[in-house]
Amino acid sequence: MPVLGAFIIKTIWWMPPDGSLHGPAADGLLWFNLVVLGLLLLLAQALLIFVFLRRTHPNNLSERGPKGSKGLFSSTHAKKLLWRYELLPLIALTLLYTGLAIAAQRLWAANRFQGASPQALQVEVTGVQFQWYFRYPGPDAVFGSTRAELVNAPAGNPLGLDPADARGQDDIVSSVLVLPAGREVDLGIRSLDVIHGFFVPGMRVKQNAVPGMEMHIHFTPTIPGDYPILCSQICGSGHARMQTHLRVVPEAEYKTWLSQHGRKRAAE
Amino acid sequence: MTPYRPFSADHRSIGINYLLLALCAVTIGTLLSLFMRIHIIAPFLRLPFFGVVPPEGYLALVTMHGTLMVFFVLTSAPVNGFASLVLPSQIGARSMALPRLNAVSFWLTTLSLAVLLAAFFVPGGAPISGWTNYPPLSGIAAAGPGQATGMDLWLISIGIFCIASVLHAVCLLTTIWTRRCAGMFWARLPLTVWSWLTTAVLMFFAFSVLLAAVVLLLSDRHFGTGFFIPKGEVINGMMYDRLHPHADGSPMLWLHLFWFFGHPEVYIAILPAMGLATSLLANFLRRPPVSYRFMVATTLAIGAFGLMVWGHHMFVSGMNPYAGTVFGLMTMAIAVPSSGKALGWFAMLFQGRETRIRPLPSPMLFILGFLSFFVSGGLTGPILAQPVLDAYLHNTYFVVGHFHLIMAMAGVFALFAAVYYWFPLMTGRLMNDRLGKWHFWLSLLGAYGTFFPMYDAGLAGLPRHYAQLTGSTSTVASMLRLQTGITHSALLLASAQLLFLVNLFWSARRGAIAPENPWQATTLEWTASDLKECQVSHSPYEYRFDGNALSPVMQCSFQQKQE
Ligand code: HEM
Ligand SMILES: [Cu+2]
Ligand SMILES: [Cu+2]
Repeated sequence: MPVLGAFIIKTIWWMPPDGSLHGPAADGLLWFNLVVLGLLLLLAQALLIFVFLRRTHPNNLSERGPKGSKGLFSSTHAKKLLWRYELLPLIALTLLYTGLAIAAQRLWAANRFQGASPQALQVEVTGVQFQWYFRYPGPDAVFGSTRAELVNAPAGNPLGLDPADARGQDDIVSSVLVLPAGREVDLGIRSLDVIHGFFVPGMRVKQNAVPGMEMHIHFTPTIPGDYPILCSQICGSGHARMQTHLRVVPEAEYKTWLSQHGRKRAAE
Repeated sequence: MTPYRPFSADHRSIGINYLLLALCAVTIGTLLSLFMRIHIIAPFLRLPFFGVVPPEGYLALVTMHGTLMVFFVLTSAPVNGFASLVLPSQIGARSMALPRLNAVSFWLTTLSLAVLLAAFFVPGGAPISGWTNYPPLSGIAAAGPGQATGMDLWLISIGIFCIASVLHAVCLLTTIWTRRCAGMFWARLPLTVWSWLTTAVLMFFAFSVLLAAVVLLLSDRHFGTGFFIPKGEVINGMMYDRLHPHADGSPMLWLHLFWFFGHPEVYIAILPAMGLATSLLANFLRRPPVSYRFMVATTLAIGAFGLMVWGHHMFVSGMNPYAGTVFGLMTMAIAVPSSGKALGWFAMLFQGRETRIRPLPSPMLFILGFLSFFVSGGLTGPILAQPVLDAYLHNTYFVVGHFHLIMAMAGVFALFAAVYYWFPLMTGRLMNDRLGKWHFWLSLLGAYGTFFPMYDAGLAGLPRHYAQLTGSTSTVASMLRLQTGITHSALLLASAQLLFLVNLFWSARRGAIAPENPWQATTLEWTASDLKECQVSHSPYEYRFDGNALSPVMQCSFQQKQE
């Protein structure tokens, strides 16, 4: 059964394959939701079609029974109908919704209630009309400070890094996100101008980037590969163009990438 | 029947005014949506009026489409229009309690529509930040084309609309409270009236808050306040604060204010449809709802919960994750009365009298269509109420599919049902049933073909508000085939509406003359006689049978005094 489930998830599923540690549990829940609610949907539509096609015998007022037309208005009959068609199915649905809510909230709590572990890799994500920038703290593991008045993209300082801050000298700024497989990452998400939406479908991750605040989300990429990063919050005329890539690579390759970028920065 | 006098304070005429206004809005809104749909699959095609649409042009279309549809169609028609048309007579009143206020609110709405449409013609064009208009994009003129004068016009238009809606809510509440005729106890109100009552309460609160939000945003834009714009804002590479010094604010405030309005708004759009569905089912199935009290209770519960779930639009917006939990659970809770409603309708269908009308007349078909959409759009609600799943689906086409099925299509199908059903009250004539059936089946097909596949696009991860399916990633480009299919369905859907327009104008002049109570209904709007000495003595949906002959019992009993 689980094998079959996994097979269905991997093949007929419309979603892009998952590459994160927390993804499979959420996908499983979504799959369960779609199947159960999908069946309810089919059932309801089938009932509607049945009602539509039902043959009628104009004079067969069976439900009136011996009591004649009073049947519909008699309170015991109405009570029976109320329980049979409304309250009991409603209780069943309520139980279903409760179950779904509990399962979903447990996953939500696991993903979001706690911050990343202290060992997690720190990367800062900044959205700007219509670009994503990713900043790595470099060998000193500390981000240099930034100031809005120093932002100057044409001069090569899109994030407003303060040149006077020594901690920022080794910071690496990239326009693609490169992450090592198997290590938890803590993303600090911000925006300089308007609200953007940081969306990585393959990592089952979405978080808005809101100017004036920094949001943290954390996850662990597991499967190396190339994953689209999209903007999911309307942010202006270039919204649809605001796409980039997450490259999940083995740890060794990540180290090489970092050192190459670090050197480029130092050479400037 | 009083003649149609558009400039009077007569409630029926105002109702018709509102419906005509909504008809204009829906026509424009639909055209805009077709332009969008065509642009998505053929970005370089030359379109009438617009030429080759640039990406910001697409976003302007989306914004205006959404605004027209939500405010001027799904608020104006079901609440303001039909309530003005039939609510007073349904409760045995001869007029609204505040007829002038009713007229004022209509003319303000018209002004508001004119101001909104003017945004197309100012430099920069219409705003591009979507109908939700999140700041700072909507707060700063330099943030994009259309965000200068166009955005100001949007805000002014919606501000006027809010005032009109609050006034109309006051008018409805006062009327229901004070104008019920003798014997029209609360427990005898038709369910449409309970829906309008709940809707009016929601409108009162929701539009007051939106009005405040709109005023605050205008003030940020022009008077240097800083409610929604943080310090350190950079726009187009320039420090915004340097030219516009302001206090430190947060866009999150706008999100909360907007969605405090925005979520009740979807119930404002759909609650009247729910009441209508119950009433029409009762009428055409010749039976009362299984439990009147259950239907009233679910309506009130939906209204009450509806005010407390706005945060489900904000799970990944930067809101505290604990708040996400609370709003997620509240939202799941509102699924219960909503499901109860659907069960109530299905119970009626199963226990319907076998003597119901055959073949089903068009208003009944549209109510069945409403039910179908209510289920296929509604069942994805519990999915979106789970924050962990919404974290993937938020702002994808999944949501576009969800709200178009549950709100747009269910809402519009209910409106069609209402037009076909109450047309005799507007014109004294019946609409053509044949054309009505064609209209129904083609629309049903087109609507499912358009909006159901959007669920797939959303599951595949396609974000909404994308002007083009290009870019460096595979996700977006791979959607072209699906989107092409959707566009073709949308063209079918929109063309089917021509049948409706033809039917409307033809029937208004040439339709069959309607008998006094064409559907053999039991509610008071169908008693043509003067309601002066009206004395209500029956609950709203009593369809009795003498032997095998239907004898519906009109709520008010001035003909049969013997009871
Ligand atoms: C012919 C029928 C319709 C078609 C083809 C259509 C199509 C669309 C499309 C393509 C979008 C843009 C999706 C995106 O890029 O995010 C959209 C947005 C929207 N539509 Fe419709 N639509 C139709 C009818 C309606 C109706 C009747 C309503 C009434 C409620 C409605 C309400 C909305 C809203 C609220 C939005 C969101 C606008 C925004 O995000 O600012 N639509 N529609
Ligand atoms: Cu964007
Ligand atoms: Cu909502």
